[in-house]
Amino acid sequence: MENRTDKNSYTIIFAIAMVLIVGSLLAFTASSLKPTITENQRIEKQQNILYAMGVNENDESSANFVSTNDAPELFETYIQKQLVIQDGKVSEDDQAYLIDVKKEQANANAGKARRLPLFVGEKDGKTFYIAPIRGKGLWDAIWAYVSMDENMVVQGAFFDHAGETPGLGANIKQRFFMDDFIGEHLLSDSGTFKGIDVAKGNADPKNLDKTDNEVDAIAGATITGNGVSAMIKSDLKLYEPYFKNLKNN
Amino acid sequence: MGLLSKKDAKLITDPLADNNPITIQVLGICSALAITAELKASIVMAVSVMAVLAIGNVVISLMRNIIPSKIRIIVQLVVVAALVIIVDQVLKAFAYELSKTLSVFVGLIITNCIIMGRFEAFALANKPWQSFLDGIGNAAGYGLILIIVGFFRELLGSGTLLGFKVLGDPIEKTGLYAIGYENNGFMLLSPMALIVVGIIIWIQRSRNKALIED
Repeated sequence: MENRTDKNSYTIIFAIAMVLIVGSLLAFTASSLKPTITENQRIEKQQNILYAMGVNENDESSANFVSTNDAPELFETYIQKQLVIQDGKVSEDDQAYLIDVKKEQANANAGKARRLPLFVGEKDGKTFYIAPIRGKGLWDAIWAYVSMDENMVVQGAFFDHAGETPGLGANIKQRFFMDDFIGEHLLSDSGTFKGIDVAKGNADPKNLDKTDNEVDAIAGATITGNGVSAMIKSDLKLYEPYFKNLKNN
Repeated sequence: MGLLSKKDAKLITDPLADNNPITIQVLGICSALAITAELKASIVMAVSVMAVLAIGNVVISLMRNIIPSKIRIIVQLVVVAALVIIVDQVLKAFAYELSKTLSVFVGLIITNCIIMGRFEAFALANKPWQSFLDGIGNAAGYGLILIIVGFFRELLGSGTLLGFKVLGDPIEKTGLYAIGYENNGFMLLSPMALIVVGIIIWIQRSRNKALIED
């Protein structure tokens, strides 16, 4: 006797039912959780920006954000201005931190104008300029928030990634890597934009030379490291005119 | 083992050694290579796979009499993918920090051949409780190897365990490094995971001759 479940009609009906059930289940989960997830991501952005300007709860070796409950309030306190730079014109926008860098990059590629968000923070009398940047790692997107002083010297950086290999590329969000950027110059000695290379040469493993435009690479994470160098070069360069203006005025 | 009959207990203990999914069946090698460069990632992966495999095995086992045999592989894939995505979404909403740690593993869990392997080989033909135990047992066997490999790769490759510098500081030259010890950067690369797994297989087979095929 042929088994009931071997029939073609049964198979097709089963497949249709399964797709409908699983599809609606996933759609329901996704749409009902979306507001909570978006809110989490919004607060995470605030935490990232604060982290880059040194408002964090770091202990000796691990990277810790300020708590999610305190983040909105601290963000209000420390971030003085949120700027949007478009075609050289600077305007204020207190929602600038919600600008999606990925979309702006796509706009730029399509030949449209790109809005560049820049956050101006103040802490202990020092001014920090924090810029979000985004690029490609080995498997997926990588991005960062880099805080600089008015001479484009890095004051802090927070790196993150969507899917780099744990233990290798994923280590870009570890303190030993991120902290290397602190104090590094983005400009060359002659004052033109040079970026910071994630270099394999290992001439300076303790990272004592801060004007060499280089930090030490992570072993086994060459492509992620190249991605970091590339996104610093391409995205932070766009902010160079703003800093030039800042100096001239 | 008061709770489990002898047969049920074997479902858990067998995959730990004599029928280990990695060293004997050689399944799940891809993720064993990918994420064992550090111990923490190995542990996270082991726990995640255990949750997915145990629940997935039960779901497949409950559906075993209604799944059409012609499309059973697709059904299995849909079940595991849906499970993982729902868990990922719930974590993103209510345990955002944890979900960020796990997000890289999601893809690796769905494509882990141990999961499909156990669905196909066990859950489709057995009752839910036995399938649950089989899931736990196989994931434990898989996790055990992952943790052993992760332990050696992190220790010899980075000189750390769970991020703690157990051998001293390689840049400041303290601890073992003071007497000329160097990290073996090669341990961090995927091929070394394969070699460590190979050594485990070698040791296991030399201790249990019954495992050696002629």
